[in-house]
Amino acid sequence: MVGIVSYGAYVPLRRLGKGTQGWRSPNEKAVAYYDEDTMTMAVAAAIDCLGDRDRQTVDGLYFASTTAPYKEKLAATTAAVAVDLRKDIITADCGDTLRSGMGALRMAIDTVKAGSAKQLLITASDCRLGDPGGDLDQIFGDGAAAFLIGDSDVIATLEAYYSVSNELFDYWRSDTAKFVHTWEDRWVQEEGYMKVVPKVVGAFFAKYKMSPKDITKVALYGNNQRRHGQVAKALGLRPEQVQDPLFSTVGNTGTAATPMQLVSALEDAKPGDKILCIAYGDGCDVILFQVTDAITGYKPNRAMKTHLAAKMIFPNYQQYFGFHHQARDTESGGGPAASVLAREVPEIYALRGTKCNVCGTVQYPPQRVCVKCQAKDQMESFRLSDRRGKIYTRVLDYAAGVPAYERPAVNFYLDWDCGGRANFQLTDKKPNIEDVPIGMEVEMTFRNIINGGGIHHYWWKAMPIRETWIAKEEK
Amino acid sequence: MAVGNIKDKVAVIGMGCVKFGENWDKSASDMMIDAAYEAYEDAGIEPKDIEAAWFGSTQISLGEPLAYALKLDHKPITRVENLCATATDAFRNACFGVASGMYDVVMALGCEKLKDSGRGGLGGGGGGGGGDMLFIPSGGPHTAFAQMANRYMEEYGWTYDEFKPILAKIAVKNHYNGSLNPKAHFQQAITEEQAINAPMMSWPLGLYDCCGVSDGSAAAIITRADMAKSFRDDYTLVKGVGLAVGARQGWTRQDFDMVHMEPTVQAGRQAYEQAGIKDPFKEIDLAEVHDCFSITELVIMEDLGFSPRGQAPEYIKEGRFLLDGDLAVNPDGGLKSFGHPIGASGLRMLYEVYKQMQGKAGPRQRKNPTLGLTHNFGFNPGSGVGSVTIMGQADTKSFS
Repeated sequence: MVGIVSYGAYVPLRRLGKGTQGWRSPNEKAVAYYDEDTMTMAVAAAIDCLGDRDRQTVDGLYFASTTAPYKEKLAATTAAVAVDLRKDIITADCGDTLRSGMGALRMAIDTVKAGSAKQLLITASDCRLGDPGGDLDQIFGDGAAAFLIGDSDVIATLEAYYSVSNELFDYWRSDTAKFVHTWEDRWVQEEGYMKVVPKVVGAFFAKYKMSPKDITKVALYGNNQRRHGQVAKALGLRPEQVQDPLFSTVGNTGTAATPMQLVSALEDAKPGDKILCIAYGDGCDVILFQVTDAITGYKPNRAMKTHLAAKMIFPNYQQYFGFHHQARDTESGGGPAASVLAREVPEIYALRGTKCNVCGTVQYPPQRVCVKCQAKDQMESFRLSDRRGKIYTRVLDYAAGVPAYERPAVNFYLDWDCGGRANFQLTDKKPNIEDVPIGMEVEMTFRNIINGGGIHHYWWKAMPIRETWIAKEEK
Repeated sequence: MAVGNIKDKVAVIGMGCVKFGENWDKSASDMMIDAAYEAYEDAGIEPKDIEAAWFGSTQISLGEPLAYALKLDHKPITRVENLCATATDAFRNACFGVASGMYDVVMALGCEKLKDSGRGGLGGGGGGGGGDMLFIPSGGPHTAFAQMANRYMEEYGWTYDEFKPILAKIAVKNHYNGSLNPKAHFQQAITEEQAINAPMMSWPLGLYDCCGVSDGSAAAIITRADMAKSFRDDYTLVKGVGLAVGARQGWTRQDFDMVHMEPTVQAGRQAYEQAGIKDPFKEIDLAEVHDCFSITELVIMEDLGFSPRGQAPEYIKEGRFLLDGDLAVNPDGGLKSFGHPIGASGLRMLYEVYKQMQGKAGPRQRKNPTLGLTHNFGFNPGSGVGSVTIMGQADTKSFS
């Protein structure tokens, strides 16, 4: 039986909302911080999806996004090394349409069904930009979802799907554009989304001799809150059948929108539930999942619930504008050496250190001569990205080479609980010294460190344990 | 294992040092020439008397610019780089060149031209990630040393409000000493309030906890001890040279604390042993130490045995390291106010010790000093390079 084995999600900590100066929308939306992007969110969701599972048994990764970091360079390979998968795996990027997230999921299921792989990881993430201050800017949010697809222990199976391809300029971005284009709104909505989706979903029901009442939950993509509600109504869905489309908390996350809703639906699912996923963009994909008995024993990690609850209202829209629209420049300045990035893949991307087989000392960066007992070449590789630790000493750096809104930066020495010490930046932190005490527990997070030479340079930072951001009353 | 001893084998017979600062009107060559010719004149020698030279610089990565600047004619020149201990290490190797009997008269010269870079500070803070060549997450030197300050406060139970005034006293002392020194980069005295209220750099270190970034050059003429008398009576004798290089133990190992700097301890131990020093606080008259940041000077007091562990704040409060204290620390103003052209600083420190031994330190003169120490610490706490040099008066030759 092929289907979803595990799921995960990521929502950036920062939200624009009521407390944000200069933010006009009544809704909150989640925004990737200056050191986050489509890649880092995908990796975070993938790690949330995998948890303690053996990463060596994953046979591939499909990376879906319309905002991948490169036009020419595979994102799936970068995500795969960050997640620390094997090398002999299938990798592919799915892009260019908001249907690519659900498309990748279906392709992964087909791949496993075809016997090309036993387990595949898929990620869907997006960081789309609207014209600053404009309507799309208020609607678009950032986020990611990930699924592990396999042929055993599945919690949901793909029961049916129906796809229609439809050539249309309603939302698009040319190869040189930064912001999403759109056309005259009434036409876009009424001739596009509102006409196409009911028609395709109707055809799906007709094909499989089903009706809306057979469905437990619908993960319905929506261009925006109003149009989403209108289409849900047109489909004849009762309110309790409609999965929260996240417009008031996260925003429209593009290719991740339907996958993130699917994660939410699975978090509350019971055996036998039927979850209908509807993705839209240059056509429409309708995919039906049925939840299995295995869901009762399934323990999600943070998924959507924890990520939604853990948040920080960003104080100022102008600052958001600064990091979202300027910090992405890779073309100016020098970049890291390609040879170093290639040589140090385990060290940089997988955050692998070494453990001395003679004295047992964990060390990072990876060493050949032990930092403690000086034994030579007696090391085994040791992954540290999933290890927690504590602050040994730290500083608030008021002159750090980071964007002004991140100052004071926190730079610190981390003592991992498993042994080993290294120097890191602390991100997603509060700016006061008493908020980052010596001894505070932290976890690792994959981030964009610096850009230059055309290269988005990724590495790891540490952050306070995400749950500490959940407001007390919501705990 | 051979344990050689440099004590009383090598003499300094001439030194030169330019005014440190933002020397916009001087090239690196200009400063090398000014430092070298002051040293030649002081030693009473001609350029042609120099048989070999060791050139210290972190930014100028060749020895040849020294030959070009001074027109040293096909002499052996070695460029030395050892972080903030660069000039001291040039001096150390020059001492070995003489002590080995290979040369009679040599020069060590350090020079740094930092202010043509178009940036303040020493840079850093852009932050690469991972890889041998990219592995410093962020933050300039002020960040690295603030890590030590925070850990020190944690270990010894100091609050910011209690600790900051102690750090401020270091800055106030060094600025006062610098105000008496016409060659210092910054020659104004400051108050404790100014130091405490200065803009924050890396908590708890503010602007006045950080040393100056300067251009500068300093030079020493070195000869064999038995030849020194033929040049002058008031030469100084090298009593010990220590150098220790860390292997990033504190960056990678949880069993290394960050409230001391092991390279300093080890370099001090080597130099004390060579010089026969048992109680440095009592025996040494003055010390030029690497106060790149106020916290560094504080920790050095403990690392060099000038105070017991954890007691440096008390000693500082009691004024024991003031110009007229038990042991004058940084009588010339230190890196804090004399400035820190990296590859020149070690020789600038020796310049002060040399002048103090000769009684030529003007308003900063200590009463009859016989033994002085210089110390450098390069790179960041947890690793780094420590160097200690001890020099004494010529007539202390029998001192043991």
